[in-house]
Amino acid sequence: MNLARLKQGSDVEWRIAPFGKMRVPAVLYADQALISEMDDKVFEQITNVATLPGIVQAAFAMPDAHWGYGFPIGGVAAFDADAGGVVSAGGVGFDISCGVRTLHTGLKAADIAPLKQRLADRLFTHIPAGVGSSGLLRLDAGEMDAMLRGGARWAVEHGYGSEVDLDRIEEHGCMAGAEPNRVSEHAKRRQRDEIGTLGSGNHYLELQEIVEIYDTKAADRFRLRQGEVVVSIHCGSRGLGHQIGTEFLKQMVIAAPGYGIELPDRELACAPIHSPVGQAYLGAMRAAVNCALANRQVITHLARKVFADIVPGTRLDLIYDVSHNTCKEEWHTVGGQTRRLYVHRKGATRAFGPGHPSLPGELRDIGQPVLIGGSMGTASYILVGTEEGMSRAFSSACHGAGRSMSRHQATRQWHGRALVDELASQGIRIRSASLRGVAEEAPGAYKDVGAVVAAADHAGLARKVAKLKPLVCIKG
Amino acid sequence: MDGVHWAHFPHQADMGVRGVGPTLAAAFEQAALAMTAVVTDPASVAPATAVNIECEAPDDALLLVDWLNALILEMAARHMLFSRFEVGLDGRHLHATAWGEAVGIEKHRPVVEIKGATYTELKVMRDESGQWLAQCVVDV
Repeated sequence: MNLARLKQGSDVEWRIAPFGKMRVPAVLYADQALISEMDDKVFEQITNVATLPGIVQAAFAMPDAHWGYGFPIGGVAAFDADAGGVVSAGGVGFDISCGVRTLHTGLKAADIAPLKQRLADRLFTHIPAGVGSSGLLRLDAGEMDAMLRGGARWAVEHGYGSEVDLDRIEEHGCMAGAEPNRVSEHAKRRQRDEIGTLGSGNHYLELQEIVEIYDTKAADRFRLRQGEVVVSIHCGSRGLGHQIGTEFLKQMVIAAPGYGIELPDRELACAPIHSPVGQAYLGAMRAAVNCALANRQVITHLARKVFADIVPGTRLDLIYDVSHNTCKEEWHTVGGQTRRLYVHRKGATRAFGPGHPSLPGELRDIGQPVLIGGSMGTASYILVGTEEGMSRAFSSACHGAGRSMSRHQATRQWHGRALVDELASQGIRIRSASLRGVAEEAPGAYKDVGAVVAAADHAGLARKVAKLKPLVCIKG
Repeated sequence: MDGVHWAHFPHQADMGVRGVGPTLAAAFEQAALAMTAVVTDPASVAPATAVNIECEAPDDALLLVDWLNALILEMAARHMLFSRFEVGLDGRHLHATAWGEAVGIEKHRPVVEIKGATYTELKVMRDESGQWLAQCVVDV
């Protein structure tokens, strides 16, 4: 990105003053190196977002921002429904509520070392991953609707996990306002046997070692101890979410002119929140959020079963579960006024600071755990939401590394088998159905997640707590 | 650009699919082949089972996205891959048959699942030589 087009506010904050049809400024959080490497498309997309009706304060880009659909991935924008604000299917993305959850094992890396191979093999066999895989559950119409209304709570009621898990999930595991009747039969058909599957692409289940602690107070509260092993699961709402995204993108493109909305880019397709299409999308999208929460809950159950067989007595307690691709109704203070806003986070993590009422009692005074997934072979991080982050970007932080290289470039540069062997020599076991898939997801095809997290920390979006290194990666 | 063919083009996070042919229908068929090639080598997919697809959209570009999305739905819901396509166009109404088989992990070594066809880099056009081009980015 050409820095001459930006006004630097600090080492990690860059502003674009409104021009053309922009209603608000755009603000990008990143250090100079990250911003220089950012695609010009991010500039184009974030300034397009700033033109949408009812946008409040600014359009924000996180340090991992890259070229997305309509919104950049790593884009955050809030809209006021009563000021003509919109909801955008492109602003949420195709993989609705794709997210990360992390669980304690209570085991030391040294205890796991002799079991790594077995754990990798068993997890790979027991957790359906990749193209063509199906889950163990086949939902009939009634169960499908119950799952879409209940989310992780539905899964717990069916024996997948326990009540205490729900406290550690955004929305307490169940997003209110889900309307299964707004979800098409096509979307439901696509989901019939996909609950409890990882999917593919950048989705994974990893065993990770806590290798560094940056904030001992928060780490204590999150029960993170150096040398211990955690399990992280990255996946979303599967076929159902993809289908909802696809269908509403088209509906919103067609409906936009009727609402007097001029779209600078078709992918920015949106509808007023106070409109039939806007309300239908919100009902369907919330159902998809519940689908993602149920999915991660069932996968957690499968992982718990594998651990119970191999290391009897192990409990996988949930640290937290975050969603990346969402539009959520939240209260935020803007210019001294508390307003109800519809916050779009597209490839961005909610990062509530201390005291936020939605946090579970035992975390409320410290802040929300913010889980940042790395790419296969590179580190992941746990951060915590901050007080100052609440006044920046509507309590949002980055979500991962973000790609820096296309899949084509990656397959030209790396070979799957060589990569698996190289990672094995570093003590990282990879299990995947596709070696080309491994090459496309090569760690080198992503930005430096350490730099992304450092910029988020420096900008005050969230504070670094711990660094995790992968030991086993089951690739979707 | 000459003859009937398909290609991929790069996108930072995802993959572009492009079909080229002497007719709009042929370009749509080639774009579908390009999409299969994102997942596996189309030559490895036996055209054993036929699936009928119909869709409609207000313009050619939206119709391409609808066509690819209809295929994505069938691939996902039936756990199938397709390798042969016959597209018929009647104004903005598309009726097609896709032939393929069930995904085999060992046989096809599928790389990645396709989430949806998008409006990014979406182009449906005819060049001076009369060849049709149909392309867009698919989200993986």
